[in-house]
Amino acid sequence: MGGRAMSRAVDATSCPRLARGVKMRFDGARQQWMLNAPERVLLLDEIAQIILSRCDGVVSVDALCRELALEFAAPQEIIQADVMELLAGMLHSGFIRI
Amino acid sequence: MNQPAPPLALLAELTHRCPLACPYCSNPLNLELAANELDTATWFRVLDEAAGLGVLQVHFSGGEPLIRKDLEALIRHAGTLGLYTNLITSGMGLSQARANALAQAGLDHAQLSLQDTDAAGADQFAGSKDTLAKKTASAAMLCAADLPLTLNTVMHRGNLDHLEAMIETALRFGAGRLEVAHVQYYGWALRNRAALMPTRAQIDHATEIVTAARVRLSGRLVIDYVVPDYYASRPKPCMGGWGQRFLNVDPVGRVLPCHAATTIPGLVFENVREKPLAEIWKDSAAFNRFRGTAWMPEPCRNCEHKEQDWGGCRCQALALTGDANATDPACALSPHHAEMFTTAQTEAAAPAPEFIYRRGGGA
Repeated sequence: MGGRAMSRAVDATSCPRLARGVKMRFDGARQQWMLNAPERVLLLDEIAQIILSRCDGVVSVDALCRELALEFAAPQEIIQADVMELLAGMLHSGFIRI
Repeated sequence: MNQPAPPLALLAELTHRCPLACPYCSNPLNLELAANELDTATWFRVLDEAAGLGVLQVHFSGGEPLIRKDLEALIRHAGTLGLYTNLITSGMGLSQARANALAQAGLDHAQLSLQDTDAAGADQFAGSKDTLAKKTASAAMLCAADLPLTLNTVMHRGNLDHLEAMIETALRFGAGRLEVAHVQYYGWALRNRAALMPTRAQIDHATEIVTAARVRLSGRLVIDYVVPDYYASRPKPCMGGWGQRFLNVDPVGRVLPCHAATTIPGLVFENVREKPLAEIWKDSAAFNRFRGTAWMPEPCRNCEHKEQDWGGCRCQALALTGDANATDPACALSPHHAEMFTTAQTEAAAPAPEFIYRRGGGA
């Protein structure tokens, strides 16, 4: 990694994955899905858990949204807007990488 | 009082032994000897009890945890319990074989400290030799072992002007996260406060650098940074609130609400050798002493922020007012706030005195 790094942003062709050092788990004591990251714990709602569990670094945002639109019988544009918003926040706070 | 929620994280201070002698060391003034440290079997039990209590993350710390030969065994054990494992290390004494063994044991993340980007400064602020070269090599070893890395730096008047270079170093080291911490002034750091206190202008400049870097490096590097207490107007929610999120087991097994809690006179800390962790967390007088809001004096008791900052830092209140119950002087509503700010400005404006280092090699 060089010193001339520039910021990165999520778009439809991005293939997001959990950042290194970030682990998703279900915590039995709290009955809750969560991300564990260095010095941070992020509780996940059901939607965020479904989206992040499919971020494998191979599937693009576009493909992921098409999948979800079919499964949840919802318009793809609406799903895509929600997914992009979630992923942009996750990228900025370092939970995912693209 | 209601049952407290389970803690999120355990700070496992495996040893006070350390190859460095940083002038702002956060360990107690009186260090525990190796002979008194908990053994492997007891740490296994502590990890079992922590997981049972609901702890999610364990931070292996010290001193220098690499000094413990059972570190890999402890990491492996924590991993089998589903705990997220983090190693907080100076990187001194690391070899490639050891880094590989840590990764093999299932370590989730490593946090490496760096005292300065300048070689002479790194040695001066670590009280050691060839620090920068050794830590640069350690960063490469951790990366080669494929361990995710955070670079941690404690900043003060002597290195704050190198913050831009520190950000570049974090990227060069392959870190995904940079933790910019400020010195917290109790224990050893309080003795060296005048030599460490930055000026307001240094802080303002640093804040600008971080703000710009966070935008420039979004998606590449996460930067943790907060304005230090002496120049802040609101206290920090120290440890996320006393006895609310963290517990700390020290090298001899004492269970502390924060790593500096032993500076507070009159608190009795229970020991994992004698009682289960869950019982200590829920029932011990030390954990209940400042838990919640019932202990608070005015103006905290009726303050709208009391459940955000939880009254700030008890150790700092003690260090600066002589009373651990007092409002944290970092708060603008504290009668000691103006004095705290003036102290910082006066000390930062004067020539820096020589550091006082720990002697005797115990640290």
